[in-house]
Amino acid sequence: MGEVSVKLTVNGQPRAATVEPRVTLADFLREQLQLTGTHLGCEHGVCGACTVLVDGAAVRSCLMFAVQADGAEVTTIEGIGSPDGGLSAVQSAFRDCHGLQCGFCTPGFVVSVTAFLRDHPNPTDPEIREALSGNLCRCTGYQGIVNAVQQAAGAARRGELR
Amino acid sequence: MKPAPFEYHAPNTVADAANLLAELGDGAKVLSGGQSLVPMLALRLAVFEHLVDIGRIAELSGIERRNGALWIGAGTTQATVEASALVASEVPLLAVATPLIGHFQIRSRGTLGGSIAHADPAAEYPAVALALDATMEVVSPRGRRTIEARDFFAGLWSTSMEPDELLVGVSFPIWGGRSGFAVEEFARRHGDFAIAGAAIGIELDAVDRIRRCTLGLIGLGSTPERARTVEAELAGRPVTDVEPDEVGRLVMAALPSVPSDLHGSAAYRKRVGAAMVARAWTTAAAEARHG
Repeated sequence: MGEVSVKLTVNGQPRAATVEPRVTLADFLREQLQLTGTHLGCEHGVCGACTVLVDGAAVRSCLMFAVQADGAEVTTIEGIGSPDGGLSAVQSAFRDCHGLQCGFCTPGFVVSVTAFLRDHPNPTDPEIREALSGNLCRCTGYQGIVNAVQQAAGAARRGELR
Repeated sequence: MKPAPFEYHAPNTVADAANLLAELGDGAKVLSGGQSLVPMLALRLAVFEHLVDIGRIAELSGIERRNGALWIGAGTTQATVEASALVASEVPLLAVATPLIGHFQIRSRGTLGGSIAHADPAAEYPAVALALDATMEVVSPRGRRTIEARDFFAGLWSTSMEPDELLVGVSFPIWGGRSGFAVEEFARRHGDFAIAGAAIGIELDAVDRIRRCTLGLIGLGSTPERARTVEAELAGRPVTDVEPDEVGRLVMAALPSVPSDLHGSAAYRKRVGAAMVARAWTTAAAEARHG
């Protein structure tokens, strides 16, 4: 049960490592690359806290092995804002609209919403709620999060999502 | 919550994958999108010595017309199916079922073949495959063969594929004429497995008589189910004479055994199922009549 070598791009930087095949992409990002912004809630694909972009698509990084990401381009929450530390439009909207309280689920929400608004810049309210259904938040009651998505949709329509 | 150790294999061709499965035997499992398998590994409900990742096999992806049917490669993601104009025009039942699978983050990775090979009776694709009489194409070192949907789903999470066989594609018949399709399901939260659901297709003749109909059922048995006796009863009748609630009652009466678990008793599931059948019938009939 040897280790396998993996090469991938994470937040624009090429990374290479050897991993045990059973290591999930989430654990690889957190423990080997020290990118601890990706959070692990349930570790079996229910809560959405570990959502990252793989080749642009929002995926649950706990339901993918790091070896499966060989050759892929991964964007984590650390790669969503601008390199100087400025917030993205989605991050700003979450702050403005009280879309977070404890913040544990927030990285997953921000990554999911970033992908959703890129593909759906004119969402209806039911579409927003459906898109949010794959991420769980135990604090906010979701209303602030829905408001944040509505605010960030304005930025998406102006092409200012990232 | 960490999977047990396993040996990882990533073949580049179907032939290599089939040889690996034959060689590794019972200790091996196919890994496709992993959206059902990885949770089971994480919870250690399942442990395998070898995982054969088919995600790098290019010939497993694609959507194309073949011999009058729509062929979809087993490795095609649900997100790709959802976005396909060809699926929407040729197999509308598959198109309306897809957005009901999990959440969009799950559909990014989850595959058509993975869902069908996993054979969960509460999942959408197995019920659609059964409802449309889809044909599964499987490959082993012994060769290639096809299995009809009615012979494919053998029981809860089990199929009639041999352990060394790999599902490579599914052919969905294309319905022509004046037809309508609908999937209705009830779940407590969007994306959860349905407590009960129905996948229905209706084709009408020029004077609104039912030329054929298919009544597929989700979460109402140990496999996806189909109410064939009711389909035969309804064929030939004017669609305007058929009460949707009557279809719901007939279908529930025809079911062999309905599961009971902490999400709902068998009696509750039947009531929900009858309502889902009635709703799906209403939508499909309206679409068939008015386009």
